[in-house]
Amino acid sequence: MKLAIASGKGGTGKTTLTVALAQAAQAPVQLLDCDVEEPNSHLFFTKGDSKRDVVTVAVPHIDPQRCTHCGLCGDFCAYNALACLPTETILFEGLCHSCGGCMRLCPHQAISERQQRIGYIDQWRHGQIDLFSGVLDVGQAMSPPLIRAVKRHQQADKLILLDCPPGTSCPLTTTIHDADVVILVTEPTPFGLHDLQIAVETVRQLNRPVAVIINRSDLGDQSIHDYCRSKKIPILLQIPFEKRIAVAYSRGDGLLDALPGLQPQLALVLNQARKLYRENLT
Amino acid sequence: MKELIVISGKGGTGKTSLTACLATLAEQCVIADCDVDAANLHLLLSPRVHHRTPFVSGEMAVIDETRCNQCGHCQQLCRFEGISPTPPYTILPSGCEGCRVCAHFCPQQAISMVPRQCGEWYRSVSSAGPMIHARINVGAENSGKLVSLFRQQARQLAEEQQSPWLLVDGPPGLGCPVIASVTGADAVLIVTEPTLAGQHDMVRIIDLLEHFSMTGYICINRWDINPEMTRTIRQIAEQRGVSCVGLIPFDRQVVSAQLKARPVIDQPDSIAAMAIKDLWDNVHAILSTP
Repeated sequence: MKLAIASGKGGTGKTTLTVALAQAAQAPVQLLDCDVEEPNSHLFFTKGDSKRDVVTVAVPHIDPQRCTHCGLCGDFCAYNALACLPTETILFEGLCHSCGGCMRLCPHQAISERQQRIGYIDQWRHGQIDLFSGVLDVGQAMSPPLIRAVKRHQQADKLILLDCPPGTSCPLTTTIHDADVVILVTEPTPFGLHDLQIAVETVRQLNRPVAVIINRSDLGDQSIHDYCRSKKIPILLQIPFEKRIAVAYSRGDGLLDALPGLQPQLALVLNQARKLYRENLT
Repeated sequence: MKELIVISGKGGTGKTSLTACLATLAEQCVIADCDVDAANLHLLLSPRVHHRTPFVSGEMAVIDETRCNQCGHCQQLCRFEGISPTPPYTILPSGCEGCRVCAHFCPQQAISMVPRQCGEWYRSVSSAGPMIHARINVGAENSGKLVSLFRQQARQLAEEQQSPWLLVDGPPGLGCPVIASVTGADAVLIVTEPTLAGQHDMVRIIDLLEHFSMTGYICINRWDINPEMTRTIRQIAEQRGVSCVGLIPFDRQVVSAQLKARPVIDQPDSIAAMAIKDLWDNVHAILSTP
């Protein structure tokens, strides 16, 4: 099962819960940190030996011997990444989306592709947990290619947990579009509710089963409950605000370090997610 | 006019609540909500919409089913998971980046490109001044283009109104929308929290500001959750030339103010509000000195 843990609003506890669910699974699990702009899952594990793979994307390389500056590639590029001047064709790497169109299109075979680094993926093993953490290089604008590279490590025979980027736009949809179940972590505040509604619309548009976890459940009002009831979204877990959880988190300790008694409830969350997955298959 | 961008790297550190307070404290300002994915500023500043404009950005592929013979060539060429992996081949809007490759190379000429409706943006009047904000469609690209458009509109508005301040609520992370938010601004205020994740994400934002040679300041929200970590974060920032302009204590009144749809600055007995007033005085003093 591919279980994505997301939230429209940032800082609701996505990473904390993803790590805790991985620890509560007591089975081989892959934890993929797809929040590549600000990956934090690894902070909750002791440092061990990691393996690092650099991730690259293909960008065009123009052979000046062959290029006639005909301008076809510049006209084609949807991102204005190629400027064709009378005597020179210039690439703006930051704008290129690596679609490969210019290379296929060039009538003079003047364009080939070279690999350009955008970030890396670190891999660790912690007991039964294989952690993959994608890290976008600072100054790089586009995260989806790196997210796709992290997701290529998925192994279908394992429980896969995806720690998602915040928001509801392309980084999120790249992460969750093929997830089996999406859990949205929220908090019972007007911000939490507003962003939850947008996230639910996004997940439902992708036809993924959705469930909710309410964090800091006692700091706010009942509006999340009312909303979930009206939309028939199951609430799998509620975690009240406790200063010792906040303090443990601040040090890089996990939810289960602060509240070991939560393990059975988290295992139950995984079972409920599996049930949603099976129901969706039938 | 001074343009101040509020960002955080990590989400949920209190960026929007703080921006709403600063906007209320600034005597005259224009406000832009550039966190278009999870736009929340309007929940605190109750804007009345004066103008709405559709936002169209880029294109999306559409397959003409009557012409398509399911050859699968488009699926092989697409690098964005924009076409379903198995027949019948359909465009997956969540993946399509509008590159035009499938449309150009389709042997049946069955694919065309259509403009992509990304949402609407608004020019409004809020309780703290004129405001630019948006509602983007589900799954639309969180393009830096919208952020750039907003800042340009907001600057124009600030100049028209001769407003001394432009306050921008920025997006989380450090990718495309963040880069579009910070470049060319007068100063960036980073809102962080005394946690390992807050520290980690702040360091990456400082790297980003250095990359673009920009001036930044930090403030630490809920600093008293872990005073030792607050000290560490402050030291790290100051070693990088980023000074701390405020420490805001944990205060349950922030949530109770949010439930009343008001910035916490309105609650006279709030300890967070008092700290935010000091923070604004510091920012004001720093940015007003030529």
